[in-house]
Amino acid sequence: MDFILITGRTIDQGKFKEHAKLSKEYEESVAVCEMHAEDMKRLSVEEGGNVKVSTDIGSIVVKAKRSKRIRRPGVVFIPFGPWVNAILSSETDGTGMPHLKGFKVRIEPTCEPVQGLREMFLKIYGGKKS
Amino acid sequence: MMVSGVTCPFCGCCCDDVEVIVEDNKIVDVRNACALGASKFMDYGKHRNTKPLIRKRGELVEATLDEAIRRCAEMLAEAYYPLLYGWSNTSCEAIKVGLELAEEVGGVIDNTTTTCHGPSILAIQEVGLPACTLGQIRHRADLVIYWGSNPWCAHPRHLERYTALAEGRFQRAIWKRYLSRLILESARKKRYRVAGLVTKGGAAALPPPKEETWMLPPPEERKLVVVDVQKTRTADLADIFIRAEPGGDYEILQALRALIRDEELDVDEVAGVPIERLEELADLMVNARFGMLFFGLGLTMSVGKSRNIEAAIKLVRDLNKYTKFLIMPMRGHFNVTGANVVSTWQTGYPYAVDFSHGYPRYNPGETSAVDVLSRGDADAALVIASDPASSFPRRAVENLVKMPLAVIDPCITPTAMNADVVIPTSFVGIEAEGTTYRMDHVPLPLKKIVEPPSGILSDEEILRKILDEVRKIKGK
Repeated sequence: MDFILITGRTIDQGKFKEHAKLSKEYEESVAVCEMHAEDMKRLSVEEGGNVKVSTDIGSIVVKAKRSKRIRRPGVVFIPFGPWVNAILSSETDGTGMPHLKGFKVRIEPTCEPVQGLREMFLKIYGGKKS
Repeated sequence: MMVSGVTCPFCGCCCDDVEVIVEDNKIVDVRNACALGASKFMDYGKHRNTKPLIRKRGELVEATLDEAIRRCAEMLAEAYYPLLYGWSNTSCEAIKVGLELAEEVGGVIDNTTTTCHGPSILAIQEVGLPACTLGQIRHRADLVIYWGSNPWCAHPRHLERYTALAEGRFQRAIWKRYLSRLILESARKKRYRVAGLVTKGGAAALPPPKEETWMLPPPEERKLVVVDVQKTRTADLADIFIRAEPGGDYEILQALRALIRDEELDVDEVAGVPIERLEELADLMVNARFGMLFFGLGLTMSVGKSRNIEAAIKLVRDLNKYTKFLIMPMRGHFNVTGANVVSTWQTGYPYAVDFSHGYPRYNPGETSAVDVLSRGDADAALVIASDPASSFPRRAVENLVKMPLAVIDPCITPTAMNADVVIPTSFVGIEAEGTTYRMDHVPLPLKKIVEPPSGILSDEEILRKILDEVRKIKGK
């Protein structure tokens, strides 16, 4: 199912990015997809269930979270962080700024687990060679 | 021991009334800081890296500081087109040395502006920026608009220190109004729940409660307006909340420009906003005595980018035909404004400065970090006080982690995990002094509150050593 994705700051993302990016708290604060209750129903996803979010660039698995702040079905929110960045395009349209808000994504429920930061980096970017 | 008048090294608000309690060179408490600032002061040392690291046979292993500095200098000196990125979370003094280093190695130096308010700078260079200091806004602004910005989460004390919740000399805070609305809202929800108990099928069988439309306060009182795509926590406080369609900001801004010129718009809604709501907002803007528009990444990161900001600045320019109206970007990192200011002093340009020709050249879209990395132009990188592996899009990160990479950071970040050299440093504003610029371009001192761990130098000292080493390698 297609959705419009908005990325942005949250207070927990801000707190835990200072704390430690390799911590579980940081992962729990940014590897989430906030959705409208109706959208979760349409996707048959429970609170805390895993969803796969995909673009032409790639896909990530994050936890679904019901949001009262998203008042319009069809719009989803993922906090800034390495998870969401892995599915973003680097195209800047000559401005230097990639397009980070308001783009189309596909979302489906999944049984795949949410990958930890180290694991995700290894899978997507490969290990560093000396 | 209490250290007072501490400037918070977190966001662009740079709150300078923070009090820190120190015992035995450890921070044990912090007062006046928000959740973000308190998290930084209290937890900065928890996941600290104090060892210089060099990658050998695929693994990061401990090294001496001199070895790490030498390796970093070699990488930069040998590179054809190195990228020096970060800078917004360090002091102006360190940025100054960084610019010298970029010139010495003929690289491209860019700060985090590039992926936050870069489009704002492009727009400001086109049409200018009518702005003022935050103190003026605190005391005088009777209309405050946050557009595509959620200070409750990103700049938590902005509302309390400078706008809606601040007690100004000529304008009162809106605390009481907000609290009375909270009570009304809570009573409304209770009524809905009770009605649900007596209805067959419970609350789910009832039509959802309508959002309350608040009556506007008298003209002389301060008003808060929020324009956003979702009802943020900041929007909960607003007298008027306007929910826009994602990517609809440009249309709304241009519609407002037409409305304040008294032009009729022959449409029912603009980007999901009923025209009556926009007329109401246009009236409010024209009748304000001192209006202020703060804008955030909702405008810069959405489709339209710099054109959105240009439309917002032009709206403010138009409003100045009728009243006093000003505009300001909500800057994120505590010294991102300083990074722009120092870069402009030294090179003439605020970010994305390319020294590869021997003189500073500026062309965002070509010389900006994401573009340089995505095209695979850079052949080495130095990252300081930033974590682009977490904040850049995929292709840029793919190329960044492949190239020789040095990181100067007090913690092990995802970028440092993929580096060839990691140099630990002190936290500026906690363990080192410096200068920072608040989002309204007011310079403030950053204090040294505690001593850094033994052998840990400041960003400025490390950069100075790398620069000296580069000059030695180049025989200068």
